Amino acid sequence: MQKIGVFVCWCGSNIAATVDVKRVAEALSHENGVVYSTDYQYMCSEAGQNLIKDAIKTHGLTGVVVCSCSPRMHENTFRKACALAGINPYMVEIANIREQCSWIHKDMVQATAKAIILGKAAIAKVHLNAPLTAGTSPVKKRALVIGGGIAGIQTALDIAEAGFEVDIVEKKPTIGGKMSQIDKTFPTLDCAACILTPKMVDVAQNELINIYSYSEVSAVKGFVGNFTVTIKKKARYVKEDVCTGCGLCTEKCPQKKVPNEFNLGMDNRRAIYIPFAQAVPKVATIDPEYCTKLKTGKCGVCEKVCTAKAIDYNQKDEFIEREYGAIVVATGFNPIDLKDYDEYAYSQSPDVVTSLEFERITNAAGPTAGKLLRPSDGKHPHTIVFVQCVGSRDTSGCGKPYCSKICCMYTAKHAMLTREKYPDTEVYVFYIDVRTPGKSFDEFYRRAVEEYGVHYIKGMVGKVAPEGDKLMVQASDLIANEQLNIAADMVVLAAAIEPDKSARPLATMLTASMDTNDFFTEAHPKLRPVESPTAGVFLSGACQGPKDIPETVSQASAAASKVIGLLVKDHLTCNPCVAESNELMCNGCSACEKVCPYGAITYIDKEFRMPDRTTLVRRVASVNPAVCQGCGACTVACPSGAMDLKGFSNNQIMAEVDAICK
Amino acid sequence: MTELQMKEQVLRMSGVDPLKCMRCGKCSGTCPSYDEMEYHPHEFVYMVEKGQISKLMASDSIYKCLSCMACVERCPRGVEPGKLVEAIRLLAVRRQGANHLKPDDIPAMLDEDLPQQAIVTAFRKYTK
Repeated sequence: MQKIGVFVCWCGSNIAATVDVKRVAEALSHENGVVYSTDYQYMCSEAGQNLIKDAIKTHGLTGVVVCSCSPRMHENTFRKACALAGINPYMVEIANIREQCSWIHKDMVQATAKAIILGKAAIAKVHLNAPLTAGTSPVKKRALVIGGGIAGIQTALDIAEAGFEVDIVEKKPTIGGKMSQIDKTFPTLDCAACILTPKMVDVAQNELINIYSYSEVSAVKGFVGNFTVTIKKKARYVKEDVCTGCGLCTEKCPQKKVPNEFNLGMDNRRAIYIPFAQAVPKVATIDPEYCTKLKTGKCGVCEKVCTAKAIDYNQKDEFIEREYGAIVVATGFNPIDLKDYDEYAYSQSPDVVTSLEFERITNAAGPTAGKLLRPSDGKHPHTIVFVQCVGSRDTSGCGKPYCSKICCMYTAKHAMLTREKYPDTEVYVFYIDVRTPGKSFDEFYRRAVEEYGVHYIKGMVGKVAPEGDKLMVQASDLIANEQLNIAADMVVLAAAIEPDKSARPLATMLTASMDTNDFFTEAHPKLRPVESPTAGVFLSGACQGPKDIPETVSQASAAASKVIGLLVKDHLTCNPCVAESNELMCNGCSACEKVCPYGAITYIDKEFRMPDRTTLVRRVASVNPAVCQGCGACTVACPSGAMDLKGFSNNQIMAEVDAICK
Repeated sequence: MTELQMKEQVLRMSGVDPLKCMRCGKCSGTCPSYDEMEYHPHEFVYMVEKGQISKLMASDSIYKCLSCMACVERCPRGVEPGKLVEAIRLLAVRRQGANHLKPDDIPAMLDEDLPQQAIVTAFRKYTK
């Protein structure tokens, strides 16, 4: 028989305003096995914890029930306190009378009655609790960073700085990500390439960092400290370690009509290509969709011109399996497809461009060598209209319900730079709200208006109609209460951004959760912003939510520090609440093995001694407690009831249900 | 009927929730009748929210709206301003004597270039 102490917390007024805590403590004191019951203003405080410790010693308690907030908040606090007072930490149960009671009810009588029931359920469970001891598992001292944009680069550099090995997996032929396509960065207007490429070179030269470019993660197994990841290295038909990046092949390749994705299809590249001059690794890649040799067997020009003998048309996709202690997701973002916004004539006129396309047009390495020329006729535009929030803050189903966060600032940048370089150009920006919360951000936007004479108009563009060589922009000016018709030469659309499409299948592999917009969710929106709820998986950059470069870099470094904190440990304490198979009941059906997402269950042949002194060899399930994460899938799948979860056994849960239904 | 009751009736008839509006003005940016109207699509949404129904009912704007529903189609928040215009027009038309565009007067206003479809649409709109 357990000797149970009940401790009811007021949580200031959070619980006490809706739940009669004294009444709860009194009611629970009459429960079977309860030898002590009290209430206190803040049970999690030092004094509150001492109250529990003293009660354990004075009354010889063997089990503790704390009626307080969610176990996610303070279960550990109370477990530690009880361990210090000499009882097993797993003899503590939390009755959540805050999130599941006081916060969601208004009526005190009802809330108090429910709090008592929740307390009774916890008491019923403690009666069946048994002391559990946590084991340990080793930590593989190597990290994997998925995505080689500025987020992945910064995270990898910081982890390597602490002395740990890092692998970067990047699906494109080079690292650099979106930042490598950007011309200037707000609010200081320094050139993106000038600040990014030194970091790319640092990554390439760092002995602890290994880049798997043109590669994808294809499978993830294991758990925090012990992930096994399969990386698919796509065939680039060029020997990476032999190619010198001289670029001769990319000049001689006869297939000249391949849309250049680095310039968003606004110019062409060859079928063998190096994405841009500062690419890392600086290695050519053959695009199998366009290469004549790979498609028809005839050509072979690149092989002939390559002095390093790096071309290999027979290269195959390669699968590499590696072990990691931690995984950082840095899969980034893309602008949305504008197919549902035809009122802006994006598909009808080449002079309607997205902001990222505009970025390439203004970039010295872009399709116009940095001159502001319209894509249709190569003429200098004299009137440019910028449209903000294209697809952002859109709940109509075409776009994204969230604010893409970066558009206000980059539009101000584009408008300002256009006016600075080409003062003969009239620039209009249509905005719904100008959102500039950031250091020196609002000052930047105001400079665009006050010093550069950009026309900011509160209102939205309704439609864009190509007419001759002009784009007729019809828009509302809400403050003047009039409709404007502007004959523009170019229209720039600030398209909403969305997580990269590779993020969703990756989240499934990692068992990391996502929100409805496919952004990765964090373990806690305020206090654990760079950790995924899945242990050992960390978040860096725009895969977690829209972010500008300064924010991305800070989050990348924060993720790295969390990874370092994990990798410095030699061992991790395991969760002792793991599955356990009752071998006498197991019928060897393998149902549990099939549903286990961690590969923690194997089947063994075991010898059993029968009552008649004969022996029988039977096939039974065996759980590896170091790998099991206690998800409970096997306990549900097991048809014979042999599988049970320690700390959450079927008996314990039924006892709770009985206590609630009594 | 008080302004508040009229507002409630307009909301019920149209099924529109003006609180969803984020005041972007795309409805008025897209409206082909903008210059004809005293009150513009975005003002309909805001004025209904404020309960200024009789002002809207008295205005010619309810007849100047073409019911092309471009504002409904393009609103990023699914507010559907065109349905508000329609509801307020119905409120006016259904009140005895409140309809300030009489069906009997319409034939005189027609010109021969007016497409058949517009006449049918107008008849549907003004005689409910």
